[in-house]
Amino acid sequence: MKRRASTAAFAAGGLLVALLLAFLVAPRASAQPDGLNRVAIDHGLGQRGSAATSANYSVNGIHDAHLSTGVAGVLGVIVVFVAAVGVSKIVRTVRSRAVSEDAA
Amino acid sequence: MHIPDGLIDGGTSLAGGGIATGGVAVCLRRTAQVLDERQVPMVGLTAAFVFAMQMINFPVASGTSGHLLGGLLAAVLVGPWAGALAVTVVLVVQAFLFADGGLSALGLNIVNMALAGALAAYAIFAVLRALLPHTRSGLVVASGLAGAVAPVMASILFSVEYAMGGNGAASVAVVARAMIGVHVLIGIGEGVITAMTVSAVLATRPDLVHGARRLLAADSVPLLETIEPVGARS
Repeated sequence: MKRRASTAAFAAGGLLVALLLAFLVAPRASAQPDGLNRVAIDHGLGQRGSAATSANYSVNGIHDAHLSTGVAGVLGVIVVFVAAVGVSKIVRTVRSRAVSEDAA
Repeated sequence: MHIPDGLIDGGTSLAGGGIATGGVAVCLRRTAQVLDERQVPMVGLTAAFVFAMQMINFPVASGTSGHLLGGLLAAVLVGPWAGALAVTVVLVVQAFLFADGGLSALGLNIVNMALAGALAAYAIFAVLRALLPHTRSGLVVASGLAGAVAPVMASILFSVEYAMGGNGAASVAVVARAMIGVHVLIGIGEGVITAMTVSAVLATRPDLVHGARRLLAADSVPLLETIEPVGARS
């Protein structure tokens, strides 16, 4: 049987992939409006007749556009990872506490 | 697919916020019941991956792009309830830190992308998984097809929200046709990326793919002693 990557190694590897995607690929992705923004622009939806996205993936003080987007992406990946792990841990803790109260 | 501020009126946005709050509350409760310790890093990883992929817009038509929404992918990887939570975390961080999606529209965006993407599309995935051959390939195809449907569902939901309180002169029919048309194209990308990602995780750690549990159980792979039916633990 093929040797499996440990869960920690898998998580670390996966996180590295996400960081590389955010840092290297995201700054070079299509800058065209996405489907909803395209429809909003074409049909004059939203305020001021243009709902072009206000999304701002950049970091103040970094003037290179690719680098700024890449660093914003890396920060976002880290914040999202920590927040999602935190939420998961909290719901599990709350549950086990509720379970032990039921048992008491 | 992120609705900005000012596109949908306050009443509809508020209703979306109410549905999102209720839906997320259910997801929290169900996640608390079914998530095992080993899956905690996977939920973080899934959310992080979806966030990164949502930044990667691919061209779908002239002057138009799309990106992975990731709800179905997250649901197949960590289960529908935790998957919906993972995408909700992504949407909250995007709205608060990157102004991607309006704060007033956060509830609607959670409904369209997290709840519909992870929960409704997962129901489609479950049906396809049962109909297709019970093999890894069958599972990958089911993921891809259900993934492809998710952006179309999101575009239909957006059209309903626009009908209820859209800020614009265009008719609902025109907006719905345009939205669904472009999201059929984006859905193809979503399906391909979802299938490729599920396939890659299956090749590395199949036991970490929630949606593959029955498949692995059928093969009686002895990795599954930690898998238990919902509510079996007391």
